[in-house]
This record gives sequence, structure tokens and C-alpha cells, in this order.
Amino acid sequence: MASMAAAVPFWRAAGMTYITYSNICASLVRGCLKEPYRSEAAAREKVHFAVSKWANGKPEKSSIRSDSHAE
Amino acid sequence: MSRQASRLVTRALSGGGHRSTASFRPFSTDLPAAPSEDTAFVEAWRKVAPNIDPPKTPLAFMKPRPPTPSSIPSKLTVNFVIPYQSEISNKEVDMVIVPATTGQMGVLPGHVATIAELKPGVLSVHEGNEVTKYFVSSGFAFVHANSVTDIVAVEAVPVDRIDPSLVQKGLADFTQKLNSATTDLEKAEAQIGVDVHSALNAALSG
Repeated sequence: MASMAAAVPFWRAAGMTYITYSNICASLVRGCLKEPYRSEAAAREKVHFAVSKWANGKPEKSSIRSDSHAE
Repeated sequence: MSRQASRLVTRALSGGGHRSTASFRPFSTDLPAAPSEDTAFVEAWRKVAPNIDPPKTPLAFMKPRPPTPSSIPSKLTVNFVIPYQSEISNKEVDMVIVPATTGQMGVLPGHVATIAELKPGVLSVHEGNEVTKYFVSSGFAFVHANSVTDIVAVEAVPVDRIDPSLVQKGLADFTQKLNSATTDLEKAEAQIGVDVHSALNAALSG
């Protein structure tokens, strides 16, 4: 029965998901561009989000992950 | 193994025969288009508020996709989108070559309906004598039975925006990382780097 399944790609076998694979490919391509395009593309990769764990109905310490300012 | 094989064979036979067997599922382009307005709602609205136009629903704004024509059309309609931009929208072209994981796949009008996962490579759009080439990082290509092709990619750049020196440097870096990698994950990442940079290299020279 296992021979009926499609061959597993190497990144899936190493535990990576398709989205991670695709994002790595995209950021590598962005890193190989010529100058004005490279800085525009780098701006596209910036992320800013805040993560907080909740316990007993109240948010505990929240960590903000951001590429635009350190906090 | 033989149980599954016999099930596959019978399904192929019933699918290839009539289209009316219950197990045959039509392609999205073969179904009749969904009605663009709900007539019961519109009538009820007019009874209650005859002076105000009924609101339009998103379905009313959508143009239905053309049904599968009975003869092969002469041109392919291409839609090529990336997350932040629509590169090609409803353009009629002669042929598109997509970098599928199974190899460079040429799509001509009348191509069988296919879903292809793309690997890092060059996508070329051929219209008359002009060819436009994009380097695609990864994505999917959907070819529908009515010769509409949708290509979605995470990142796509025209080939002339790629910097050869950065590509060579990246290739050397990742080849070296691949040799020194220890865990599976590091090996996978280094392998991805080598694949992408080799494809970029091939795109620059080809």
C-alpha cells in the first residue's frame, strides 16, 4: 500500500511544511535581485505581530515580534 | 495492493464511459454557472421596499468562467498572480511554459485539465513572436478544461532583475552548507538553497 503513495519530497521528509519551503524559496529569490528591486522586496518581508499567552482569562506577558522597531 | 488496483480500474472505466454515473465528478468549468441573484429574495425585497433597489451580492459581480468549448480554442487565456500584484490578467496568448516539479510543461490551448505544483524555475509566456520570461520561486498552475490557465506564485521576477554575482555567491555558500550540514533540517534547508540558486543560474544562462 505504501508504494501507491507519491514519493515524499526531501523537505517533507525532513519535517518541513510546504509553506515553510515556499517561503524559504521566495526569500532566497528576493535576496538575489538587483539593487532597487532588492530593497523593495526586503520591505515586503517585514512582519510585525504581538503574541500573548492567556491564563485565567487574563493576558500574561506579551511579546511583540517586529522588524520595524525594537521593543 | 490488488484490491486498490481493481478499484482504480473500475473507477477509470466508469469515469471514461458515461458522464451520468454517480461516481463521476464534473470539473468546475463543466457545471452550469451559479445564478447571480436569488430570485426569491429579490421578489420578497420588492414587495417590502419597492422603491429601493435590492442589494447586489458578490456573486452578481462575478463573471462566470466560459464553459468548455466543443472544439479546441485558438488561444489560451492566462492569469498570473503573486500575492502583492496581478502580473497577467485575462491575457490571450499562444503558449505558456511552466516549471512544474515534473519538468518544464508546455501548455497549449486545448491542454487537458491539470494541476501542477511549480518548482523554482522560469515561466515563459509566448504571444506571437514575443516571449516574456519570469523567474518563479514556487507556486501552482491550474489549467482548466476551457483553456484558462491560472498561475499563482509566491514570488516572481522578470529574469533581467536577477543579479548574477549574488546568485554565484549564494550557490557557493549553500553548496558549502550542504557539505557541512548535520541535522536533517539543516540538510533540507541547504538543499533548498542549492536548488533555488542552480535554477536561478540556469535562468540567467538559458
